[in-house]
Amino acid sequence: MDAITRFPGSVLRSDRGGSVLLGLLAALALIVPVLNLAVPESSGLHLSTYTVALLGKYLTYAVLAVAVDLVWGYCGILSLGHAAFFALGGYAIGMYLMREIGARGVYGNPLLPDFMVFLNWKELPWYWHGFDMFWFAALMVIVVPGLLALAFGWLAFRSRVTGVYLSIITQALTYALMLAFFRNDMGFGGNNGFTDFKDVLGFDLHKSSTRVALFLLTVVALAGAYVGCRYIVASRAGRVIQAVRDAESRARFIGYRVESYKLWVWVASAVLAGIAGALYVPQVGIINPSEFSPVNSIEVVIWVAVGGRGTLYGAVAGAVIVNYFKSYFTSALPELWLYALGALFVLVTLFLPRGVVGALTARRKRGSGVSVQVAGGAG
Amino acid sequence: MSRLLQRAFCLLVLTLCVIRAACGADDAQLATVLSALPQASYADKAEIVNKLAGMHSPGIKPLLSAMLDGSVYARTSDGKIFIVKPVDAGFELTDPLTGKSAGTAPTDGFDAIGVNNALRRTLRTAIARFDLDDPDPPVRKAAVVEMLRSLDDATILLLGERLKVEHDASVRSEIEVGLELSDLESGTTPKRLAAIDQLSRSLNPDVYNKLAGLTDPATESDAAVRAAAAKAVRHIDSWRKFYSALETLFFGLSLGSVLVLAAIGLSITFGVMGVINMAHGELMMLGAYTTYVMQVLMPNHIGTSIVLAIPAAFFVAGLVGVLIERVIVRFLYGRPLETLLATFGLSLILQQVVRDVFSANNRPVQAPDWLTGSLQINEALSVTYNRLAIFFFTLLVFAILRLVLNRTRLGLQVRAVAQNRSMAKAMGVRTEWVDALTFGLGAGIAGVAGVALSQLTNVGPNLGQSYIVDSFMVVVFGGVGNLWGTLISGMSLGVVNNILQPFAGAVLAKIAVLVFLILFIQWRPRGLFPQKGRAAES
Repeated sequence: MDAITRFPGSVLRSDRGGSVLLGLLAALALIVPVLNLAVPESSGLHLSTYTVALLGKYLTYAVLAVAVDLVWGYCGILSLGHAAFFALGGYAIGMYLMREIGARGVYGNPLLPDFMVFLNWKELPWYWHGFDMFWFAALMVIVVPGLLALAFGWLAFRSRVTGVYLSIITQALTYALMLAFFRNDMGFGGNNGFTDFKDVLGFDLHKSSTRVALFLLTVVALAGAYVGCRYIVASRAGRVIQAVRDAESRARFIGYRVESYKLWVWVASAVLAGIAGALYVPQVGIINPSEFSPVNSIEVVIWVAVGGRGTLYGAVAGAVIVNYFKSYFTSALPELWLYALGALFVLVTLFLPRGVVGALTARRKRGSGVSVQVAGGAG
Repeated sequence: MSRLLQRAFCLLVLTLCVIRAACGADDAQLATVLSALPQASYADKAEIVNKLAGMHSPGIKPLLSAMLDGSVYARTSDGKIFIVKPVDAGFELTDPLTGKSAGTAPTDGFDAIGVNNALRRTLRTAIARFDLDDPDPPVRKAAVVEMLRSLDDATILLLGERLKVEHDASVRSEIEVGLELSDLESGTTPKRLAAIDQLSRSLNPDVYNKLAGLTDPATESDAAVRAAAAKAVRHIDSWRKFYSALETLFFGLSLGSVLVLAAIGLSITFGVMGVINMAHGELMMLGAYTTYVMQVLMPNHIGTSIVLAIPAAFFVAGLVGVLIERVIVRFLYGRPLETLLATFGLSLILQQVVRDVFSANNRPVQAPDWLTGSLQINEALSVTYNRLAIFFFTLLVFAILRLVLNRTRLGLQVRAVAQNRSMAKAMGVRTEWVDALTFGLGAGIAGVAGVALSQLTNVGPNLGQSYIVDSFMVVVFGGVGNLWGTLISGMSLGVVNNILQPFAGAVLAKIAVLVFLILFIQWRPRGLFPQKGRAAES
C-alpha cells in the first residue's frame, strides 16, 4: 500500500528522464508566451502564433502517446485504435465549439450548426443537447471515451482476448467508428466534420492570447498526464500491471484479478487520449472522421516505439520527434514522407526495440559498466 | 418406264410454269401496290403496308425496314419507288422489286415517302411478322415482343400458328404470355380466369403490372377475376422474393469469395508462423498491378493476359513475400506485435513505390469478353459472369491450396511447423526454409487475389488498405490457421453483409458486421474453428 499513498513528487525523485521532461515543459511554458506575446513581430526572436499552435499540436500528440505507452509499454496491450478515443474527445469539444458559433454561422441559424441547416434538418438531435455548456462538453470528453473503453475492454479482457487478436479488434473498432462518422445521418458533419470555430468560453480562437492560453493548458495537461501516469505505474497496481505484461498467466495464478487491472489501466488511458483530443481540436481548428482512420492509430504506436516504450518520457520524445519530421517532410519532400515513415517502422522495430531513449540510456549504462536488462515478453 | 419419266417431266415443267406465273403475278401486284404509295394518305399507307406484309416476296422486308428508316423515296418524274442510300453524288438507288441497284441520281428528283408514328408502329409489326420466321431465336423473340405491343386478331392468329411450330422455349413462353395477356383483355370470364392461372407462373414485370392492375376494383368490375388476380399476384410475389433471395445469396457469395481470397493467404502465414502481415493488402495490390502490366504488355490479347496474370501475380507477390520474410520478419519471430508494426511500415513503402512507378491515379484494367455481361437465368434472376468466375476461381484456389497442404511434402512440413515448431525442427525439418516458403505461399495467394480484385474494383495504390481490416476479420472469425474456417467465415460474412445491406445501407451493414465480430470474439476468442492441441495454448 505504501506506493499508493506515496506523494507523487517522491516518485519523480528517482526519475531522471521525467525530471528532464518536466523541466523542459516548464521552460516552454515560460519562454513561448513571452516570445509570442511580448517580443514584437519585427524581432527575429518573435515566435509566430502558427508556431505556437504547431507546438501545441505536438504536445497534444505527446499526451496521446503517453496514453498509448501506458497500455502498451506497461501492460502489453498494443492498441491500434487509440486514435478513436482521441477523436471522440475531439468531437465532444468540437460539438461545444459548434454550438458556441451560434448565429454567426453562414446560415445564421442560432440553434443548428451550418451542416445541419445544409442537410435541411429542422431540430437539434437529442445527443446535441447540453453541448452549449462548456462543463457538459468537458465532462463528455472524459465520459464518452471512458465509457466506450469500459464497454470494449470489459468484453475483450473478460474473454481473454490478447495479443494480435486484441490489436486487430481495436483496429476494427476505430475502423467501424470511422465509417460511422463518415455518414451524414450520424449528425456529426459527415465527411467534413466540424470546422470554422469562432471562440471558446468567449475568447476569440484566432487571437494570439487565446492560442497561448491553449498552449499553456496543453503543457499543464502533458505534465499532469506524465506525473499521473508515472504515479500509476509506480503504484502497487502499476507493478501488478507490469507483471501482467510480462507473464499474464502467472499473475493470474498468483491470485490477481488480471482483467480488472487491465480494464482499469485501459480506461485511464482512453480517458487521457480523449483529453488529448479535446486539447487538439481547438488548436488545429478542425475535426473530421479521418482522425479515426486506422493509420492514425498505428502512427501513434510508432511514435511510442521510436521514443522508447515503457518509459513515458520516451513516448513524449517520440511524438515530438516524429511529428517534427513529418511537418518537415510533408512540406519539403512530400513524396518521401511515406518512405521515411515506413522505413522508420521497419528500422525501429529491427534495430531500436527500446527506442531512442532506450538506446541513449543503454549507452550510458554500458559506459558505467552496468549490464542492460532488456524487458522481454511484452512483444 | 420411259412413259412414266416423260410424265414426270411434263408435270415438273408444268409446276415450274405455274410457280413462275404466280411469282410474276406477285411481282405485278407488288408494282401496282407500290405505285399507289406516293399519293397515299397515312391511313392508305398503313393499308398498303399491311397488303405488302401479306405478300411473300423476298424484297418486302428490306423495303419495309427502309420505310421505317425513312429511306424510301418516290421519283417525281414517274412515281417509281426506290430504296435510297445518300452518297456524295446524290442517292444510290435500289429497286425494291428486284433488289438490284439502279444507279445513282441527284437528290432533287425525289420525294420522301413520309412516315408518322402510327405508321411506324404498323411497320414494326409488319417487319416483326417476317422476323417471326427468322432462324435466330433472339430475333424471333424480339419479333414476338414487337408484335405483342400492338395485338389485333391477325397477329394473334399469326402468333398462334407460330406457337405450333416453335421449338425455342423462351420464344414459346414469350408467345404464350402474350396470348394470355390478350385473353385477359378481351376474353370471357372463364377464359380470363384460365389466363390468370397461366400467367401466375410468369415472372415478366409487364404481366405483374397487368395482374396488379386487375386487383383494383376501380378498373376491374369482375369480382372473380379480381380474386384470381390477387391470388396470382401473391403467387408471383412469393416467387420473386425467392429469386431475390437467391440473388442476394449469390452476391453475398461473390463478396465472400473476394474476402476468402484475400484472407486465405493471411490465414496461412498467421496460422503457421503466428505472424500478422500488415502488408498483405499491398501484396494483393501488387497482384492487381501485375494484371495491369500484363495487359499493357499484350494489349491485343486481353483474355490471355488475364490467364497469364494469375501465375505472374503469384510469382511477383510470392517473391516479394519471400524477400519480406528473409529481410524483416525472420528477425522478429516471437515478437508478433513488432512484426505487425514492421510489416505495416513496409505496406506504406510499397504503396508509395506503386504511386511513384504507376502514378497515384487508378489504372484501368480491362475485362476480357468472356467475363463481361451476365447470365440471365430468368426474368427475376441474372448473375454477372465476372462474379460467377471469381466464385469458382476461389473454390479452385481453395482446392489447390488444400491439395498443396495435405498432399505434398512442403504441406506436410508446413503443418508440422504449425503444430510444433521445435519438435519439427528436431525431426529434421528446415523450419527457416519452411517459414520462407510459407510466407511466400501466403503472399503469392494474395497476388492471385489481386488478379481477381482487378476485375471487380479500381486498381490503385489504396486497393490493399481497404481490404486489410476485412480480411483480418475473416481470419479471426474463422479461426486462425484453419482453411475450412476461413472459407466458411468469408462466405458467411459476405452473405450476412449482403443480407443486411438493403435494410441498413452499405456502410451500416459493414459496421454491423464489424460490431458483430467484436462481440463474437468475446464469445469464441479463437474463432469458429479453433486450432486444437498444443499449438492453441500459446
